[in-house]
Amino acid sequence: MNKKLLGVVGLLLATLMLNPVWAQDIPEPERSATGGAQTLEDILRRQKQLEVDDSFRSQNLGNPENAPPISAPLGTRGGVSDSENWRAIRYNEIDPSTQVRGPAADVLIQDGGMPWYKLREGPVITYGGGALLAIIALLVVFYFVRGRIMIDGGPAGTTIERFKAIERFGHWLLAGSFIALGLTGLITLMGRSFLIPVLGPDAFATLAAGSKWLHNNVAWAFMLGLVMTFVMWVSHNIPNKLDWQWLKAGGGIIGSGHHPSAKKFNAGQKIVFWTVMILGFSVSLSGLSLLFPFQMPMFADTFGVINSILGTSFPTDLAPHEEMQYANIWHSIVAFIMMMAIIAHIYIGSVGMEGAFDAMGNGQVDLEWARQHHDLWVAEVEAKQGKGGSS
Amino acid sequence: MKVMISAFVAALVIAFAAPPVLNQFGWSSAEQTSTESVRLD
Repeated sequence: MNKKLLGVVGLLLATLMLNPVWAQDIPEPERSATGGAQTLEDILRRQKQLEVDDSFRSQNLGNPENAPPISAPLGTRGGVSDSENWRAIRYNEIDPSTQVRGPAADVLIQDGGMPWYKLREGPVITYGGGALLAIIALLVVFYFVRGRIMIDGGPAGTTIERFKAIERFGHWLLAGSFIALGLTGLITLMGRSFLIPVLGPDAFATLAAGSKWLHNNVAWAFMLGLVMTFVMWVSHNIPNKLDWQWLKAGGGIIGSGHHPSAKKFNAGQKIVFWTVMILGFSVSLSGLSLLFPFQMPMFADTFGVINSILGTSFPTDLAPHEEMQYANIWHSIVAFIMMMAIIAHIYIGSVGMEGAFDAMGNGQVDLEWARQHHDLWVAEVEAKQGKGGSS
Repeated sequence: MKVMISAFVAALVIAFAAPPVLNQFGWSSAEQTSTESVRLD
């Protein structure tokens, strides 16, 4: 009996010790090292035919509420499709993280690039270049119709100082740098269309690089000349009633030929002065914006002001590249208008009028020329000289 | 004419002086651009 009892107890103990149910009492494997996935212990237990509690994966089905937010790195995009993603990138409506450092690095696609390129290569070159050719043609026709404007009765033979050396220096600093800027700007804008077919790409590359260097750096001389001439001449260029009389008489150039009265600068010269000052200031601002890319955005703010005044709807949320594109197009348009004005100014100051170039050549103009074109100024100078003053 | 020539020379002097002067103030436009990036096509 005792032997039977001992046998039953021994069998029971052996059964209990070898029963897989004991495995459930063994502590769970540490799964932090695998991120919750199965461990080596799990694999070994399975090989030993031991039961493995796989609830660690059977119940790990994910919870949408645990997803990282859209704004987090690698965050889910929720119900946003690929095409919508790309559309957001295209319209710069995303806030991307990028390893690229520097201005405008967070703009992945700039949608306005091609319209800008087509505008620059098409209408800007076509209409801008056409306007320059038109003003030249107009002046040639004017020259043959009107002829050179001569000094009535011929020169007096005596001269009067028209401009001091510092005035002429400021004028030629402005004029010389403007001509250099105009030529190098035209090479930059039109070279690809007109010069590469003639010079070839290699020669044009050298010319384009040189033009770019000169354009970027001689711009400072232009700005200095602009400031100098503004300071020296602004007081003489305030519009007054005489200007209206001068304009009605066509400046004595068109019509009767009678020279209307004028002080140091007549209405025509004042128009040139303010054209150069206003457009020169504007072209300088857009030039600085181009010279220091992405550092001086100004079109969004400008459009905002215009919209508030005129009620227009110009875009005020511009990508950095769009700012540069607007600056580039504006720079070209303003420069073309200035070139047209200056070509006419060069004409009337040289071949178009006898005795005019001397004013900026050596500063001394014929007294009769001065009396015919700037009679009130001559009277002022003579009055001052009579009192021991100077012009 | 001397004044005209001297003004032209001054413009060139300013052009050559501008890059190093701007660099002194950390205002280099050259850092933002590349002289080798002229497209020819």
